[in-house]
Amino acid sequence: MQITVTVNGSERTADVEPRLLLVHLLREVLGLTGTHVGCDTTSCGACTALLDGTPIKSCTMFAVQADGREVTTVEGLLQDGQLHPVQAAFKEAHGLQCGFCTPGMMLVGKALIEQNPSPSDEDVRWAISGNICRCTGYMNIVKAIQLAAETQAGASTTA
Amino acid sequence: MLPSRFEYHRPATLDEALQALASLEDAKVLAGGQSLIPVMKLRFAAPANLVDINLIPGLDGIEDDGGGLRLGALVRHNQIAVSSTVAARSSLLASAAPQIADPLVRNLGSVGGSLAHADPAGDWGSVMLAAGASVVLRRSSGEREVAMREFLVDIFTTALEPDELLTAVKVPVPGGKSGGAYLKLERKVGDFATVGVAVQVEMSDGTIGRAGIGLTGVGTKNIEAVDAQGSLAGAEPTEEAFAEAGRLAAAASSPVSDVRGSAEYKRHMVEVFVRRGLARAIESARA
Repeated sequence: MQITVTVNGSERTADVEPRLLLVHLLREVLGLTGTHVGCDTTSCGACTALLDGTPIKSCTMFAVQADGREVTTVEGLLQDGQLHPVQAAFKEAHGLQCGFCTPGMMLVGKALIEQNPSPSDEDVRWAISGNICRCTGYMNIVKAIQLAAETQAGASTTA
Repeated sequence: MLPSRFEYHRPATLDEALQALASLEDAKVLAGGQSLIPVMKLRFAAPANLVDINLIPGLDGIEDDGGGLRLGALVRHNQIAVSSTVAARSSLLASAAPQIADPLVRNLGSVGGSLAHADPAGDWGSVMLAAGASVVLRRSSGEREVAMREFLVDIFTTALEPDELLTAVKVPVPGGKSGGAYLKLERKVGDFATVGVAVQVEMSDGTIGRAGIGLTGVGTKNIEAVDAQGSLAGAEPTEEAFAEAGRLAAAASSPVSDVRGSAEYKRHMVEVFVRRGLARAIESARA
């Protein structure tokens, strides 16, 4: 089946089997390997992508369901060679160790701070509760997302 | 993990979907996909045809018709969690929605899909039993309304016929003072419920009028605790009445021991949650 998905702002067309999962379209057909496969059972959130701006688990959606829609992956965070505030904040606040969960955490963080420009600890922990990290203990992930929110709020008041 | 091969159908209208269900052999409906896709990946399910209803307009609304709420089959869990209409009309639904699965699953998973999947560990079945809800089942030749207690037949089994589509859930909202709560025990966010209890009460002049109690994860389907409900009708809202209802609900449960806990522990938690749920529901009815 022929599908067209806008991935990170570019229209991508592919001929796929209906049973192909969105995560495999991203990784294997389009070569966007920043989206990870962790548990493959809808538990860990390593495969998180944004579907029309909303975080979803791309291992639990068929690629054909994304036909005509917009998907954002971690590769889409970089804008004109500049790190997205959430990427800069993860670097600054040591929000990662091994990095496996990081693309998912950053995408959830991006979606959160767009809706809630000043999230509390509780708000962040609630938002990332579908994403598992086995290294950090979450402390710095929470700080990083809050730092990104502050950076973004600062940028919008100075602009 | 790749599911088995299937033919993919994407009807643009409800009529097209109903025609597809009537004519296709071995077809499953794809709504939010958050239960169906995992079971297909594990090859517990291998339908020959998948009918994706996500593009059908009119299935994703939350409406308040005065007598109750009508939830379209494609209403996502998160839509219910953030709905001001739901918050104003049903403390039971509003308390249950944010406890379902995890935030990402809630963005896709739908209330209709969850009910049609009929997992005994699913949360909506208990909530809808407690609320006295019904589902609207539609086929090309017409539609019928089925009460939740008749809809849930057994494990992963409902009253849905192969050519029928669940199009909406109707949740009555009582006119007088009422309240509800959903209590869920889970090892971590997103795990199946170890035990869940849904409670809905209607007050009438300081005593309990109707009480609804639904149990999650403690039987082969979501259980309506009928005896416990009966013991509360007309009762004063006292600790003793709550405790008696808890005992009767625990007796109506039939949990099995597994990695999430022993049968004894789960039965005890039903008792505790019914007691707490009633106290919380009455508090919210008085608020």
